[in-house]
Amino acid sequence: MTKTRSLASAALFALFALATALPLRAQEVPPDQLVKSVTLDVVDLIAKDKEIRAGNRAKLIELIDAKVLPHFNFAAMTALALGQSWNKATSEQKKRLTEEFRTLLVRTYASALAAYSEQKFEFRPLRAKPTDTDVTVQVRVLQVGAQPVPIDYSMEKTASGWKVYDVMVGGVSLVANYRTEFNNVVRDSGIDGLVKNLSAKNRSGLEASAAAAARK
Amino acid sequence: MIARIAAAALVAALAGCASTAERDPRDPLEPLNRGIYRFNDTVDQAIAQPVARTYRRVVPGEIRDRVRNFFGNIGDFFIGVNNFLQGKFEDGVSDWARVAFNTTVGLFGIHDVASDMGYEKHNEDFGQTFGRWGAGPGPYLVLPFLGSSDLRDGIGTGIDIYADPLDEVRPYHLQYGLWALRFTQLRADLLDASRILEEAALDKYVFQRDAYLQRRRSLVYDGEPPREKQPEEDKGAEDDKDKKPR
Repeated sequence: MTKTRSLASAALFALFALATALPLRAQEVPPDQLVKSVTLDVVDLIAKDKEIRAGNRAKLIELIDAKVLPHFNFAAMTALALGQSWNKATSEQKKRLTEEFRTLLVRTYASALAAYSEQKFEFRPLRAKPTDTDVTVQVRVLQVGAQPVPIDYSMEKTASGWKVYDVMVGGVSLVANYRTEFNNVVRDSGIDGLVKNLSAKNRSGLEASAAAAARK
Repeated sequence: MIARIAAAALVAALAGCASTAERDPRDPLEPLNRGIYRFNDTVDQAIAQPVARTYRRVVPGEIRDRVRNFFGNIGDFFIGVNNFLQGKFEDGVSDWARVAFNTTVGLFGIHDVASDMGYEKHNEDFGQTFGRWGAGPGPYLVLPFLGSSDLRDGIGTGIDIYADPLDEVRPYHLQYGLWALRFTQLRADLLDASRILEEAALDKYVFQRDAYLQRRRSLVYDGEPPREKQPEEDKGAEDDKDKKPR
């Protein structure tokens, strides 16, 4: 009787310790460590998952949702991609834009990951002061017979840990690359037009990947 | 033959002139470029992509690595020349060491033994050399068959092709065969990237153009370009307001 109770209280204590430790840990992990552990974790999970490797996109997106997305600040990414227009958007529009942009980026990210085939990573040491709240974490993807591809994560310190707000692949900033596209659409058909445009793009992408899955 | 294709491209390009949107200052020839882009896209989907996909399906990855290395080795000589022209002597020596080791120990370049020895492969061309010497990109251009470029890089590409060691190969049918294999390998390596472009872009032309201009700027400065000045209208909001939404 006493034994079971002490076991239960130990479990309860462990649970409590875990619950309080988790948010603390998220804050303490330095940005370069975070990028490294998430990258290796995701690559490892994909390597172990036969279904994902066979092309199960839904499962891959599930994995990204669980492992990668918590470390991205999509509101910041959307705001940066929109530039000036962001300030003119209503909060409802901001919410819709962020959701649609997030879906688009996740799908694109899934395609990039699906193309991954055992390339090696090189994690660069962080060049930043401990007091910095805005840093760039550098990773290089090594490949046979070609120049390594640099991937730079721009990260910002927030109350809930370090968050990515831009990714640069081979010197191309994802956020900057969407800026002209977004501004063209906003200029022609307003912010609602951009929301419509993005959601149409996401729907067509969904159908395309469903069709591709059916073909397999 | 080539003249006729060029004429067809021009007609397609002029047809694109009808639409007049606000022009991007970096791309004053946008209507013409869009026409050539459409032409290239058609050729790509009809010929280049199917060939590249078949190549990737039929030829094992191990062999494709050998092919990539072979052409990479041919490219390394002029990558070295460009590094010397840019005053990066250490990189240039490293590139020529790559050629020396890979051509001999690596059996005419099919094995990239130099990378294993620590001589990293670089990415240089005449367009980047002109950029390093201070030339701006000039207007963005889409070249028939070759795709994204700009005035500076277009001239650079002309010299790249003119100087290419493959031009010396005789008989001609062997030379053309090697060029065909080189482009097939290149296109096969880009299949994933072009699929991602299809998925990511709202307007493929704009997305690819902006990526090209960003990428070239980064390459000219070897991955560490100076911070770009914000366009006039963005001033005032650039640092504080824009950056941290919430």
